[in-house]
Amino acid sequence: MMLVMIRKELRLLLASSLVWSFLALTQLVLAWVFLGRLDTFLEIQPQLMQLANPPGITEIIVAPVFSVASIILLMVTPIMSMRLLAEEKRNQTLVMLLSAPVSGFAIVMAKFFALLLFLLTIPLLIVVLSFFLLMGGTLDFGLLFSNVIGLILLAGCFASLGLYISSLTAHPAIAALGSFGVLLCFWMIDIVSLDAESVIHDFSPFRHYEHFNLGIIDSFSVIFMIFFMVIFLTLTVSRLANIR
Amino acid sequence: MKQNNLNPAVSASNLSYSFGASVAVSDVYLQLNRGDILGFLGPNGAGKSTVLRMLTGNLLPANGDIQICGIDLLADPLAAKQHIGYLPEIPPLYKELTVDEYLRFAAELHGIPQRLLAEAVETSKNNCELASVGKKIIGVLSKGFQQRVGIAQAIIHQPEVIILDEPTAGLDPNQIQKIRQLLLMLQQNHAIIFSTHVLSEVENICNRVHILHQGKTMLDARIDSLRQQDQKLDSIFQQLTQSDTAATGLS
Repeated sequence: MMLVMIRKELRLLLASSLVWSFLALTQLVLAWVFLGRLDTFLEIQPQLMQLANPPGITEIIVAPVFSVASIILLMVTPIMSMRLLAEEKRNQTLVMLLSAPVSGFAIVMAKFFALLLFLLTIPLLIVVLSFFLLMGGTLDFGLLFSNVIGLILLAGCFASLGLYISSLTAHPAIAALGSFGVLLCFWMIDIVSLDAESVIHDFSPFRHYEHFNLGIIDSFSVIFMIFFMVIFLTLTVSRLANIR
Repeated sequence: MKQNNLNPAVSASNLSYSFGASVAVSDVYLQLNRGDILGFLGPNGAGKSTVLRMLTGNLLPANGDIQICGIDLLADPLAAKQHIGYLPEIPPLYKELTVDEYLRFAAELHGIPQRLLAEAVETSKNNCELASVGKKIIGVLSKGFQQRVGIAQAIIHQPEVIILDEPTAGLDPNQIQKIRQLLLMLQQNHAIIFSTHVLSEVENICNRVHILHQGKTMLDARIDSLRQQDQKLDSIFQQLTQSDTAATGLS
């Protein structure tokens, strides 16, 4: 049942031209940044040779691209998530799901996983690009792995938040603006607080993502991000129950 | 399933609902068996759609009890919804999908096994005369076709209870005739409730009539008993719904 609904969500996502253009733009920006970092690496390579323990290509090229990807995710997720529930409400198609023998939990999880699957295209592209580096060097697969895991978790956080905000309104545009605003706040609380030790940083998924970006898979960060998703998915399920 | 057949297809009692302070529906009573077609009548804002939404699990009644084929809709919604096919006032269509894709999704959503999917889609398409537009995107179809796609998704899983909210709205006379024939065909194994504003429709195809006014049941009778008493439905309807202070604006 879940698969049926996930397939339908993906089918509807891919029927939108907006989604395709954003996907194309995302890939373009990521490839551009990747190329830029590669250029920088080639430029500073002679200096690196003189270091005793020089940073590798994964550290210099791939990790920064992943860092940029988190910002791209911040901008793209609201656009992808806005229609999930808001449009179903506006077009009255939610009635079909609510009258069918499926639980609200299944409806929400199907939408969440469909969006997450879709957002996976971003880490996937970076991984594919990174593999091209193998032609001229070696990759730090540990660092690559932690970045991929981190970005997937971050996408999960954003998707759950976007889904929840989409459930609050019947206007996709408001849902998009709302998710973007809230995500921006989460980003702000990380960069605005100058005290590096401040506990405020811990509330931002971005700060936790930075750990993954440096190659640290911190169990606290993993738990925080999963907790973040659980909270917003639970809120969405209860919101859906209240629509009745 | 056998045990289910002993129970009435739909049994609702004491249904009540209010939007804030205004009471939309109060103490509505409804009982329906397989083979029944019930015409659900009432002026605009009488609470017809509200009752239908409650019967299909889309609205939680403030009070009351709903049994679908003997299953309590409020206690075990997933099992009860298995037996319901519902066409809301605005057909719930994903306009980006083709008719085939959409009906396939509707069938899968109701748990029709993979091997029977194609057949179920085919049957309901034929029943609603959609065979020629299977590959078309729903968004480009005319209103009449869209309405029929809505009906097709409501009957695709052969539910015991079919609930249609104004199924003939926006259809031309020929299409209305086809829908009538379809309902009469479905009647044999299903219980059907449909709301409408066309009294002659009820007289022609229904064997039961239920009139709602200001959220209350005004009449629940068999059409043939009305005929025996030589009463005309339109005069009854006018009589019962005349005290028109009902401008609650709810539907």
